[in-house]
Amino acid sequence: MRPSLIREMKSLLGAVNVLDKQEDLLLYEFDGSVEKGRPDLVVFPHTTAEVSQIVKLAGRYEVPVVGRGAGTGLSGGALARGGGVMIVFARMNKIIEIDVENRWAVVQPGVVNLDITRAVEHAGLYFAPDPSSAKSCTIGGNVAENAGGPHTLACGVTTNHVSALELVLPDGEIVRVGSKHGDAAGYDLCGLFVGSEGTLALVTEVTVKLARKPEAVKTLLAIFETIEDASQAVVEITASGITPAACEMLDGWTLRVVEDYVHAGYPRDSGAVLLLEVEGLREAVEGQAAAIAAVCRKCRAREVRLAKDDHERDLLWKGRKSAFGALGRVAPSNYVLDGVIPRSKLPQALERIKEIGKRYGFNVGNIFHAGDGNLHPIVLYDPRDAKQFENAVAAAREIIRACVEMGGALTGEHGVGMEKNELMGLLFSDADFALMRRVHDAFNPDSSLNPGKIFPLSKGCGEIRIKKKEAVGAKL
Amino acid sequence: MKVAADVAGRLVEAIGAKRVVAAEEELATYAIDGLVPSAIVRPASVEEVAEVVRLAVKDKLAVVPVGARSKCELGMAPQQYDIAIDMTGLRGIAHYDAGDLTLSVDAGIPLRELEIYLKEKGQFLPLAVPCFESATAGGTIASGIDSALRLQYGSPRDFLIGAEFVDGTGQLCRSGGRVVKNVTGYDLHKLLIGSLGTIGVITRVNFRTFPLPTTFGGHLAGFANSREALEYRSAVEKAGLPVANLEVLSPSVAGMIRAILQKSEEPLPPELERADWSVYSSFEGNEEVVRRIALDLDTIAREACSAQSRILQPAEDEALGGMLRECFEWLRWASPANVICRLVLPEIKTGFLTGLLQLAESVAPRSALLVRAAGIVYFAVFAEENDEVAIASLAKAVSRVNALARAGNGHTTLLRAPTAIKSQAGEMAGEHIDRGMQLRVKQAFDPAGVFVPGRIVGGI
Repeated sequence: MRPSLIREMKSLLGAVNVLDKQEDLLLYEFDGSVEKGRPDLVVFPHTTAEVSQIVKLAGRYEVPVVGRGAGTGLSGGALARGGGVMIVFARMNKIIEIDVENRWAVVQPGVVNLDITRAVEHAGLYFAPDPSSAKSCTIGGNVAENAGGPHTLACGVTTNHVSALELVLPDGEIVRVGSKHGDAAGYDLCGLFVGSEGTLALVTEVTVKLARKPEAVKTLLAIFETIEDASQAVVEITASGITPAACEMLDGWTLRVVEDYVHAGYPRDSGAVLLLEVEGLREAVEGQAAAIAAVCRKCRAREVRLAKDDHERDLLWKGRKSAFGALGRVAPSNYVLDGVIPRSKLPQALERIKEIGKRYGFNVGNIFHAGDGNLHPIVLYDPRDAKQFENAVAAAREIIRACVEMGGALTGEHGVGMEKNELMGLLFSDADFALMRRVHDAFNPDSSLNPGKIFPLSKGCGEIRIKKKEAVGAKL
Repeated sequence: MKVAADVAGRLVEAIGAKRVVAAEEELATYAIDGLVPSAIVRPASVEEVAEVVRLAVKDKLAVVPVGARSKCELGMAPQQYDIAIDMTGLRGIAHYDAGDLTLSVDAGIPLRELEIYLKEKGQFLPLAVPCFESATAGGTIASGIDSALRLQYGSPRDFLIGAEFVDGTGQLCRSGGRVVKNVTGYDLHKLLIGSLGTIGVITRVNFRTFPLPTTFGGHLAGFANSREALEYRSAVEKAGLPVANLEVLSPSVAGMIRAILQKSEEPLPPELERADWSVYSSFEGNEEVVRRIALDLDTIAREACSAQSRILQPAEDEALGGMLRECFEWLRWASPANVICRLVLPEIKTGFLTGLLQLAESVAPRSALLVRAAGIVYFAVFAEENDEVAIASLAKAVSRVNALARAGNGHTTLLRAPTAIKSQAGEMAGEHIDRGMQLRVKQAFDPAGVFVPGRIVGGI
């Protein structure tokens, strides 16, 4: 990194908003994935104008730029694969405007997901997408990755709850897309930018839609002897036309690990549990809970428990949401995969995952959004053992391939990033890549923004210029 | 005529005589804003669609993909129109996994046919759009027209999970997939919604389907003025009742519905006889849910001083719901010349509605106003003659509507206007659109400009 760029950046933002020491930069070379990529400079803007100036300055030096929220992403989306300047939005964390009457809020990208709900819950409202990292992940990152969460089954993912964006394009231009209310005329640009993984523009302001808290909620825990029975129950619940607000599965092995850590009341001797939630009008919820319980029993559930009160409900959810932390107690590292399949194929998919894990010598845990077919197999490994790591990556690749073969897709909510860009050819043709490339280049012609993501580097038409150092870390 | 014959001839060479039509009387039925194509093609495969697009690129011809042609007047007039690609021959069901609630169909399949097909499995698609009897799945997505059920089910951007289309280079592309949750690659299929055929020929659309509710209900409340009607609407929203639609009808809209229902001898709710403001809601679920919502609406309506509040009989509900789904259709045929604007507003206030009606009064004797979900207002102004004076007054109306919407921090889209003023009025209504950003998308999808040039406001 040229010293003059560092100097100019410090004079633009103030030295307290720029990190350039190796020991500081080291902290930004990771996210929640198994990838790595160290930036050469980390900057903290406070305003959209500053973001625009940073981008222009980096452009003058022909240095790539990557945006980052809280760094909880699971596909390497917020890593500086080609080095360069990392813009961390942590200090753009203000809620700008809340309109309770019309149910929307305008927030800066660094606002933490859960803080939106906290700011509006007094009015009986909430922000629906709830990734497991909701306590720390930011809305800017949610928009970039089109984040999901357990409660997106009935309510939809981030894109369904974002109506407008302010963006800084790679040349520093500030633009707005979408419409605060209703929908915008012309092409749905807001729909394009949400989930574009920071490869088209940097998000500097987000208008979110706020949902009204349901009148009634019922949370059920269905306990099964085998994971096969539990997955059959999911297939039948879906086919019966009941859409629960959430339908999460924990396999027996994972739930024992979780139970030892959280003491949520999960039965240690079961094969799998389903954590189910229905919400809506009292009259609807009663019937749905009863119908779900009946389906579970038909699928040989040993027991179906209904959370008696908020305390019991919170405890059940705490178990689910703390699962990944709990897994940290049993292995030095874990690799959380993210695949998606048609829900009718759930039993076959879990069977395949088990078989693949076994072949590579791993016990693969499963804790996932069963209701929308979004699998999260977890491979536990020791990163100090190079062979083990290699096997973990190979097993992951096979599992994702199996998802695609079953009619699914590469990623349900974590994004492609630099984790799965080489697998994109499993789903997309040369013509698809050519069009996606033209869309990419229409906004980010020099690949100066978040290079090395989404598109395969190994393919001719998907080639992306990495200006600086080569990619580090695992490539699938 | 020489050019026309030439275009048809080249198409025949490319995909065979059976697929190409150049008979004048048939070409006339494919006209858009007075512009008639030189040839119609009716492809029997996606490869043929791609072949036609590649030919058009090579010969610099302009292509307009069409379905049932029920909403071709949406959008600006095409600047050039050589070939109509009629997609109604591609109407297969590619994939339906009822257990997964996912569906993948060819673009040309009629919605009515899909409705019947899905009903067998107890499912449906929440696309309650005008011209429902003829509209195709692909055409509905391209038109971007509102579904009457969007309050509960959202717009297609919430349940279109993937698509295949031929882009402007003549290549078949896909986006999304057949799973309900998916973030693999850019969401390009979202850009097709409302694209009016300008970025690709949609060949296949994938949807998330929904379970068909067991019970339906409807409620109608009448109010002495728009203020009370809006207060009631707001109270219903605040109560968090899950209604599928909630529509405020101006007295003239109620009058138009009354006239049509009377003529067709369909069940007519007597409340529509009185010339006041009406609010219609429909809702669904199990029996207890429907009963609960109906009773709550009745209570809220009475608290909001409703002059008349009634839970509708199923036949009345079906008739009224059908009329509101089709509103664009009967509004446009209500007079010899008219304009229909779609306004999107952050908040709908009485003063605003009054303002709209006053401005309409100053230019034409009749207007109609309908408030739909998500801040959407349909506003139509009717001229009783189709002459220069009448058309000039309609242009004036659009200009004022636009000014009013902008003053209320909203925006307008022109759904319909006489051809003579369409371009001027449409551009005015679309002045809020960021042309540069739109153009980037257009050029990425259609670098040669082969698809309906000029159709999107701003000459895109």
